[in-house]
Amino acid sequence: MTTATQPIHAPGAVRKDRNRPSRKWPMTVLGVVFLAIMVFPVYWMINSSLQANSGAVNTDWFPIHPTFAGYQAAFEQQSGNLLTSLIVSVSTVVLTLAVATPAAYGLARFKMRGMTGFVFVLLITQMIPTIVIANALYTLFNSLGLLNSYIGLILADSAAQIPFSILLMRAFMTSIPSTLVEAALVDGANNFRAFVSIVLPISKNAIITAALFAFLGAWGDFLFALTLTSTPDVRPITLGIYNYLGANVSQWGPVMATAVIASIPAGVLLVIAQKYIAAGALGGAVK
Amino acid sequence: MTSVSDMTPVDSRLDRGRRRTVSGGTEPRRKPRIGRYVARWLFVAPAVLFVLVFFGYPIVQNVMMSLQDYTTTTFYTGEAPWVGFANYVHVFTSPLFTTTVLNTALFTVGSIVCQFAIGLVLALFFKRHFPLGGFLRSLLLLPWLLPLIASAAVWKWILDQGSGALNQFLGLFGISPVPWLVSPSLALVAVIGVNIWLGIPFNTTILYSGLQAVPEELYEAASLDGAVGWKAFRYITWPSIRSVVGVVVVLGVVYTLKVVDIILGLTGGGPANSTQTLATWAYQSSFVQFLFGQGAAVSNLLIAVSLVFALVYLSMTRKEVDE
Repeated sequence: MTTATQPIHAPGAVRKDRNRPSRKWPMTVLGVVFLAIMVFPVYWMINSSLQANSGAVNTDWFPIHPTFAGYQAAFEQQSGNLLTSLIVSVSTVVLTLAVATPAAYGLARFKMRGMTGFVFVLLITQMIPTIVIANALYTLFNSLGLLNSYIGLILADSAAQIPFSILLMRAFMTSIPSTLVEAALVDGANNFRAFVSIVLPISKNAIITAALFAFLGAWGDFLFALTLTSTPDVRPITLGIYNYLGANVSQWGPVMATAVIASIPAGVLLVIAQKYIAAGALGGAVK
Repeated sequence: MTSVSDMTPVDSRLDRGRRRTVSGGTEPRRKPRIGRYVARWLFVAPAVLFVLVFFGYPIVQNVMMSLQDYTTTTFYTGEAPWVGFANYVHVFTSPLFTTTVLNTALFTVGSIVCQFAIGLVLALFFKRHFPLGGFLRSLLLLPWLLPLIASAAVWKWILDQGSGALNQFLGLFGISPVPWLVSPSLALVAVIGVNIWLGIPFNTTILYSGLQAVPEELYEAASLDGAVGWKAFRYITWPSIRSVVGVVVVLGVVYTLKVVDIILGLTGGGPANSTQTLATWAYQSSFVQFLFGQGAAVSNLLIAVSLVFALVYLSMTRKEVDE
């Protein structure tokens, strides 16, 4: 997509000079230096997670004598929380897609009074601070008995993800040619059938992207977990990390190992999804 | 957008055709129309319900709570006496009020200005094609993989006074350990620094795509007229990306006002409230002191500020759509 702005080679000394690769290597060096600074915290997280004495003495700059004691401790203390995070995040993705996909289609295809207004409302919801929502949800969940429950956390996380998912998928679904859906309607399918058998398969990549964002949002959620749960029964990994930070930390190895573990699903998902999306785009181009 | 308006007339024509065949029977004439209307709204109804319960209700409930004496006992007795504007009076006269508002302003302005400036420089840097440029640019997004609270944990460890990596590094130059997160005069600076680090990938990515949209021919033509370097930036780049800049900055403000994770993870609002912002104060009032009425009052203050910037953003994007 970015290739659209590839320079058109006009005659002129300036262009030729700028394109000579030998002159560009200093830029690469500069880029590497800056990137090293930006990515250093990620490196330091991995480095410290492999050193048993992080915090007690000065940590080595490189994991020369790697140990997995930090990971062992992290798994012993956090495996339950990891499972909770997984259950909550996967359920959030399912609920978010179930609500957001039809809504995105409805908003993209039907132009009825109130629908433009609803899109406007969805944009506004993106800007409401989560703490404001949590403050009032606590009282609601308290009276409904949803505090410290999976369902409560899943509902809150889904609510936070649904508006963005709708906006994301709607943007794609408006580009589906209307003739495709109309052909199905002429063949006697109703709107729901047309949605399931035509719109959903076409929108596969947009749906996967929305699912990815919903998962990452729910997996990284901290504020709803902090405010809507108080017992260890339902405690996601983000709260596990936060509880480490509460007291004075003397052993950073397990904390950093937990942080690494908490970052892995995002990394794996992003790699998988990127391949998938790239393949989908290629397939579309060939057809 | 045009496809939507194209669709509707065709769609209604189809339905009219179908209605003619159906209305030959005993069915009342108006039913298919209402049925169609209901069927269409059914697609959107669950989402509307979610938004009403999880965004509409909380906003109304917050306004109500801010006018009540809402504390932990309320959850047992169900009694929350109306106290008028007492919560607001308490919030505005609290010695924390000035500190919090000032911290929020410093945190927001400091974060946005630096994020934007560094993001723009990086975007301009990566725009000049050089070996491995695309690869390095994609690596820049690596910090996004970490959940926010994990980033906070890593930075708390890096900024640790005793054996953190930053002080270890500064020690190589003979600088004595700096109490980054422990000193009330330094903690806010440290927290802003971490937030800048978090915002740079977003700013760089959006600004880079904005720069990509500037036609290369403009620069070619300008270079013939002698406009290169700073002049090219001043007269071509900046005017071309101004609308993107506006969106990045306003969205940045709205998102920065929301930040809670980073501050709670790094300092918990301390030491001595030196990193307390409106958002963390709302959290502390409600969920640490259990004064939900006051928490709601602070929340409403926060929402009022956010809403101003949200409206600025919406009017900007709408103008863009109109153009």
